[in-house]
Amino acid sequence: MTSPTQISFARRHLLTCADLTAGEIDALLDLADKAAESNRQIIKKRDVLRGRTLINLFFEASTRTQSSFELAGKRLGADVMNMSVAGSSMQKGETLIDTAMTLNAMRPDILVVRHHAAGAVELLAQKVDCSVVNAGDGAHQHPTQALLDALTIRRAKGRIAGLTVAICGDILHSRVARSNINVLNTLGARVRLVAPSTLLPPRVERLGAEVFTDMNAGLDRVDIVMMLRLQRERMQGSYVPSTREYYHFFGLDHEKLARAKPDALIMHPGPMNRGVEIASTIADHSRSVIRDQVEMGVAVRMAVLEAMARQLPNR
Amino acid sequence: MRRNETAAQEATTFLNARLIDPASGRDEPGGVLVRDGAIADLGGHLRRNAPDRTRIVDCRGLVLCPGLVDMQVFTGEPGQEHRETLKTASHAAAAGGVTTMVVMPDTEPVIDQVALVDFVQRRARDNAIVNVHVMAAMTKGLNGQEMTEIGLLQRAGAVAFTNGKSSVANTRVMRNVLLYARDLGALIVHHTEDPHLSEGAVMNAGEVATRLGLPGVDKAAETIVLERDVCLVQLTGGRYHASQISCAESLAVVRAAKARGLPVTCGASINHLTLNENDIGPYRTFFRVKPPLRAEEDRAAVVRALAAGEIDVIVSSHDPQDADTKRHPFAEAADGAIGLETLLAAALRLYHNGEIALMPLLAAMTAHPARLLGLPSGRLQKGAPADLILVDLAQPWVVDRAQLRARSRNTPFDESKMQGRVLLTMVAGNPVYEYPGAERG
Repeated sequence: MTSPTQISFARRHLLTCADLTAGEIDALLDLADKAAESNRQIIKKRDVLRGRTLINLFFEASTRTQSSFELAGKRLGADVMNMSVAGSSMQKGETLIDTAMTLNAMRPDILVVRHHAAGAVELLAQKVDCSVVNAGDGAHQHPTQALLDALTIRRAKGRIAGLTVAICGDILHSRVARSNINVLNTLGARVRLVAPSTLLPPRVERLGAEVFTDMNAGLDRVDIVMMLRLQRERMQGSYVPSTREYYHFFGLDHEKLARAKPDALIMHPGPMNRGVEIASTIADHSRSVIRDQVEMGVAVRMAVLEAMARQLPNR
Repeated sequence: MRRNETAAQEATTFLNARLIDPASGRDEPGGVLVRDGAIADLGGHLRRNAPDRTRIVDCRGLVLCPGLVDMQVFTGEPGQEHRETLKTASHAAAAGGVTTMVVMPDTEPVIDQVALVDFVQRRARDNAIVNVHVMAAMTKGLNGQEMTEIGLLQRAGAVAFTNGKSSVANTRVMRNVLLYARDLGALIVHHTEDPHLSEGAVMNAGEVATRLGLPGVDKAAETIVLERDVCLVQLTGGRYHASQISCAESLAVVRAAKARGLPVTCGASINHLTLNENDIGPYRTFFRVKPPLRAEEDRAAVVRALAAGEIDVIVSSHDPQDADTKRHPFAEAADGAIGLETLLAAALRLYHNGEIALMPLLAAMTAHPARLLGLPSGRLQKGAPADLILVDLAQPWVVDRAQLRARSRNTPFDESKMQGRVLLTMVAGNPVYEYPGAERG
């Protein structure tokens, strides 16, 4: 395991997975492994971020990711402040950049940002002096999700290189899918995408994936089945006719799961729609690592914050 | 339409020029005599010898050609004067060699009434230093539903009719507008983009949009409306101009329509001729335009079509936007790029790259739009208005957005290296712009 002084992740921000190297990802996952261990101890708190201020700035509702970052920050000893958009000046017409300047003036050390527009977090990062972690921007990227998925896979399978991973569902609107395609490719996995054509972005194969519109074929002998949430709004846009038909062709049930390898893992970034994209019994299946993903989420976010802290100026 | 009533204008002779006139195909050494706001004489006999008592401009062998006619310019007047006024736009135009700009009706209020055409014409007469013509709305409030008073607007001076930045979705309305306009000989200029297919889209659909996680629009959104319009032109016989063609598929439609002899023409913006979707890079909102920048194959196809004479007109599609509308995440920013001042220089890139000869390139910015709009300018001809530009095709310069004259600075060409500079712009015999660094005889 890498010692803290040797971490080969030397970035001020974490905005996208597209340009992360395998070495950087491995370093973060090694650090996260350690964090996962310490999270299982009775005394979980460390002081890596003591005296530092972390602001969670969420322009889009989130329970899971926001609480995960909050916990990660607190376990590392940071002062954590949560800002959500509802009721704030950001809903009173203040622009993103003005908000960024305002927060910057409060001198935080790390900003964790989620925004509904692709590229918004990068734009904000250009305007502030502190480190910025992308907690999801539109349909663009969700780096810590892909890292926690990779950690979950690595811990369960012992490796990532050479595995075949099927990402299934609403790829079109999914930042989770885009970040995962990047990370899994970088780590040497084979990526398949399974979805109806209406939920696949054009030329997505160019990102490094094999595309399937037939789920049975797409799951054939895969090591990992990664399901994505189908938002109910998608029915209105005529992307799919009904949840019933969607479940029939693209919901993960026992029959379709039987096409995957017998030891295939089942993953979901949450929150799940039981009976829409995943059968209830499969969500609770012995091979489901969905709860491990949540646990690894905190560990990966601690690793990211710790790596980032090493880049912060020390004065 | 402009204030050139100023009495006793001094006559000017341009000597030792390379005269280029796309309307007649002239490209020869010679000179031009300007008197009373018009071209009084021109030709080889004026190359060295000026008539008595005229101001002399030695062109040192540089290009003297008609000033550019830009038939798609958005300003903020009335309603958004903080972005651009007719005055500021006209200064940008003059510096870019544009002597006639046609302003679009997408203002607040929309230019859909005679009084508003009058208003813009009066404001332009009093404040603008280049010729300004109005393209009026063809539906009230640009709502795509009710036809405007096309006949009265035309009589008031509107040179063409358009639905601005949006397409008329209602096919019956489009049919009736074309049919009614035909009786008046009025030109219908249409932005072709299916409103349903393009809903929510902020760039071209494809690999770049997929990587950026941005909603893209298929090129078919443009071609579908264009094909429908061509069917309606066949039905009605109305004169039709597709304002901005941006992809190979649309070119095929225009080509076929022209082959059938239909009164169909088309334009392309300087942005689609010189930029592609990769220029968006990390969400650069100055490259967000409408229609969106396409793939390089499409840009190349549009340039080839221009060289082949299939694209009639190049426009700047000058569209000033400020920080309020551009300093946002890409998906939430406004469309539009300014372009008046860089139009000629950017177009000359195509010439310097060997993608098109000078004559057809200039024709698409002078004679062709003037002919479509029925304007007397855009040509070097005795009696024509003395709207002239003197251009050094070779002079290199770098665009600095801080130095541009438009009130908004949303140029996609910031820090671009250009070759070719306007040294002098003359409108109706009056010099309205002189390049500060120019040394002339």
